[in-house]
Amino acid sequence: MRSVVWGACALAVVVGTFVARIGAGDAGVPVRAAEPQAAQAPPIQEMERVEVPPPPFSEGIYPCTACHNKDMPVNRTRRELTEMHTDIVLKHGHQWCLDCHDPDDRDFLHLADGERVGFDESYRLCGQCHGEKYRDWRAGVHGRRSGSWNGHKTYLLCAHCHNPHQPHFKPIEPKPAPIPPSRTVPR
Amino acid sequence: MKQPPDEQPNLTRRQFASMAAAAAAGFVLTACGPKRLYEMPTDRLKARIREMERKYAEEFGTAVTVADTPPIPGVEFAYALDISRCIGCRRCVYACVAENNQSRNPQIQWIRVLSMDKDKGVDFSDADPYYQPEQVPQEGHFYVPVQCQQCRNAPCTKVCPTGATWTEKDGIVVIDYDWCIGCRYCMAACPYGARHFNWAQPSIPKDELNPKTHYLGNRPRPKGVVEKCTFCIQRTRNGRYPACVEVCPVGARKFGNLLDPASEIRYVIENKRVLVLKEELNTMPKFFYFYGT
Repeated sequence: MRSVVWGACALAVVVGTFVARIGAGDAGVPVRAAEPQAAQAPPIQEMERVEVPPPPFSEGIYPCTACHNKDMPVNRTRRELTEMHTDIVLKHGHQWCLDCHDPDDRDFLHLADGERVGFDESYRLCGQCHGEKYRDWRAGVHGRRSGSWNGHKTYLLCAHCHNPHQPHFKPIEPKPAPIPPSRTVPR
Repeated sequence: MKQPPDEQPNLTRRQFASMAAAAAAGFVLTACGPKRLYEMPTDRLKARIREMERKYAEEFGTAVTVADTPPIPGVEFAYALDISRCIGCRRCVYACVAENNQSRNPQIQWIRVLSMDKDKGVDFSDADPYYQPEQVPQEGHFYVPVQCQQCRNAPCTKVCPTGATWTEKDGIVVIDYDWCIGCRYCMAACPYGARHFNWAQPSIPKDELNPKTHYLGNRPRPKGVVEKCTFCIQRTRNGRYPACVEVCPVGARKFGNLLDPASEIRYVIENKRVLVLKEELNTMPKFFYFYGT
């Protein structure tokens, strides 16, 4: 009599746990608070302003109008600079300073049509020639963005990665190569 | 003595013994041993996680969190890498090691950067992972970083005898280290060499441990289990980019939700020349390579 009850109990335990395991397995995700749906990023508006960190000025160079003010006449002739800014090497097509920098207000850049743009909007200036890259950059595919993949993102300006005066990337030192397998395990 | 008619006959000793043994075995299998993450009742999982956190805190002398963040509904992760931009600097390799608590000695690295000859194209028989010039990129070379390709049709999950590795609803192929028996079938099945085995007790300097871990991701592993890239599950399920994406100095790495038409990953697939590695194997990777130029 007692053994019958024991047997029935044992059977119930086995069957019960089995059912519980199958049930839990099917559910896939255990019962936990659901996270909010991934925020849908709004479609990219062509002329929408982009949020960027402050432009990467050399120390003490901005505002440019500290020197380039009314007391300094504007020399519009294309020439090699010999007195100031001699550290800047220009290797960027056939440009020279005033093709991008605004002669009448040096704290700004200007587009080909003369429209003044701030340094924090310099992507519009670069985008005049590099339209394809500009489009990719807006979509977050050229260059780097920080933030979250499903939410707020901050772009970097072209000038954060490329020196606008010589935009080609300089080679860098690689990190160490992996150790070949024969020597991985310590002896 | 005669049995009353409504009562069943007594079990034999043998029947009782076998039933009791089965019950004991069932109890041991279901309650005592480790369980795959999603088969555990929530309270048992929480207890297991607390136990893990306590053990890690003791071992590393710092507070460690083990998250069990579930997949976000409506999200399928995918990755794209611009091979026209990658300069082979290996910043990603070391960011990954630090983020995901990979063993320093013996060395385990989930990302392997292959240097390839521009004249030969993507050719694995001619790829060099051990390149070490003074500066990169080298003339005439391009670089193909390889890590877990997070296949839709993942060969590794099919061969696992214990069900310790599977594909999550957001497309990440994960490993439950508690269930891995170290048979390394999955390593043999993976055509990308993306899985790595802990031949010895992994070593992580105490001050370099990343204490924000995920149960299925970067929690410290024991000796004798297989590990691999999880798209930084501990970061991406909380909306962050993987560590390799954030560190890449040339912005060659892109990550996002494949199901979101506005994501950068969709832009890449719709607008760029895209390829996957070893397409002919029908593994259907969610890790794409593209030419940004």
